[in-house]
Amino acid sequence: MLGNFDWKVVTDNIPFLWQGMQITLLLTVIAILGGIFLGTLLALSRLSGFKPLSFVAGTYVNFFRSMPLILVIFWFYFLVPLLLGRPVGGFYSVLIAFVLFEAAYYCEIIRAGIQSVREGQVHSGQALGFTYAQNMRYIVLPQAFRNMIPILLTQAIILFQDTSLVYVVGVKDFLVSADLIANRENRVLEMFTIAAAVYFVLCLSGSLFIKRLQRNYVQ
Amino acid sequence: MNYNWDWGVLLQEPYFDWLVSGFSWTITVSLVAWVLAFSLGSIVGILRTTDSKFLRAIGTGYVEFFRNIPLLVQMFLWYFVFPELLPESAGMWVKRGMPMPEFTTAAICLGLYTASRVGEQVRAGILAVGIGQRNAGLAMGLTPAQVYRFVLVPVSYRIIIPPLTSEFLTIFKNSSLALTIGVLELTAQARQIEEYTFQGFEAFTAATLLYICVTSIVMLIMRVVEGKAAIPGMISLGAK
Repeated sequence: MLGNFDWKVVTDNIPFLWQGMQITLLLTVIAILGGIFLGTLLALSRLSGFKPLSFVAGTYVNFFRSMPLILVIFWFYFLVPLLLGRPVGGFYSVLIAFVLFEAAYYCEIIRAGIQSVREGQVHSGQALGFTYAQNMRYIVLPQAFRNMIPILLTQAIILFQDTSLVYVVGVKDFLVSADLIANRENRVLEMFTIAAAVYFVLCLSGSLFIKRLQRNYVQ
Repeated sequence: MNYNWDWGVLLQEPYFDWLVSGFSWTITVSLVAWVLAFSLGSIVGILRTTDSKFLRAIGTGYVEFFRNIPLLVQMFLWYFVFPELLPESAGMWVKRGMPMPEFTTAAICLGLYTASRVGEQVRAGILAVGIGQRNAGLAMGLTPAQVYRFVLVPVSYRIIIPPLTSEFLTIFKNSSLALTIGVLELTAQARQIEEYTFQGFEAFTAATLLYICVTSIVMLIMRVVEGKAAIPGMISLGAK
């Protein structure tokens, strides 16, 4: 019971847990940046007037969105070493899996964001003689991203939680570190409770921050 | 890339049986979890729209708690931590005594987690029905409970069919997390075939196709249901 909760096993292992948390954060940040970059390209392709391009992007998005993330992680854990012809370690495989998987979700968010920019803006850009690229770069995307900030951040929290799934291939993120200590010291109760508490506090503060941002944002 | 293709491995014994049984576990976990998520989620969503501050706080607390802990961690909490918190005999029963402990734990965990997401959709639906309908119901002499039972809930269900469909697909995909506590569902079986035969390509392709098939079928069915259930003059929440 909670009365015999052994805090010492937690405090003793803080450096080890922090190492795991760094992997979790690194994975989250790279997956967000890569996902948004690739997602923007996918969104522009999906909205493009060139049919084959929008078809390919649409298929990509639907494909990844109908697969469980764990299966995607297994796929890349198996595929990446095979394609490269040498073992690369779990971290790089899951990193690629996360970027490609999240890009599909970011694509849908960004597509909605681009569509939220009023059409008149695009037309006035064209009337000013902007090329398609200039129009996107200077008029549409800046407004689209501004509208999207709360949803992008919410997706970032979901992604942060999703990184715990690297557990299935044993990449030493925060949860796997907690799991290792739990098994080594036979302290399952303490370690999983602490892991849950850490995730909870981080994600709750994140979502409260987003709520505040949204309130200040609505003009 | 050196790879020996052998699609026949999928039809061999016992691998074919593994896929079939994995697929049926995936479906079973998803459906059981969905029944729980839908019923509990409806209650949570309703609580969050009531006039009572206390009930609203319970609903909000539920949603925030389940939404801010990764599902995988929740899986471990229910499977490893929860039995320890119970009195010894009850803990033993949860671990060993109850029928199919891994399956039951996974389905309940997934259900409770998804209930928080369904609750948000139900709440959005009830708010979208609007204050006018609620007041009209009250003015007709319905009790608040009757307003929910006969006006708000039925109408909101019909508006939120598209987001509920995507929640169902989420539960279907999330059922793969059951493998972490030892339920041999579809993804786990594909992985196991890969480990036994080294034919990862074939095994994962089979699993991927099965997931895509179910997703597509559910989406096609729900599109028809959505059309039939649409209320003339009301825009459904998922429509673009």
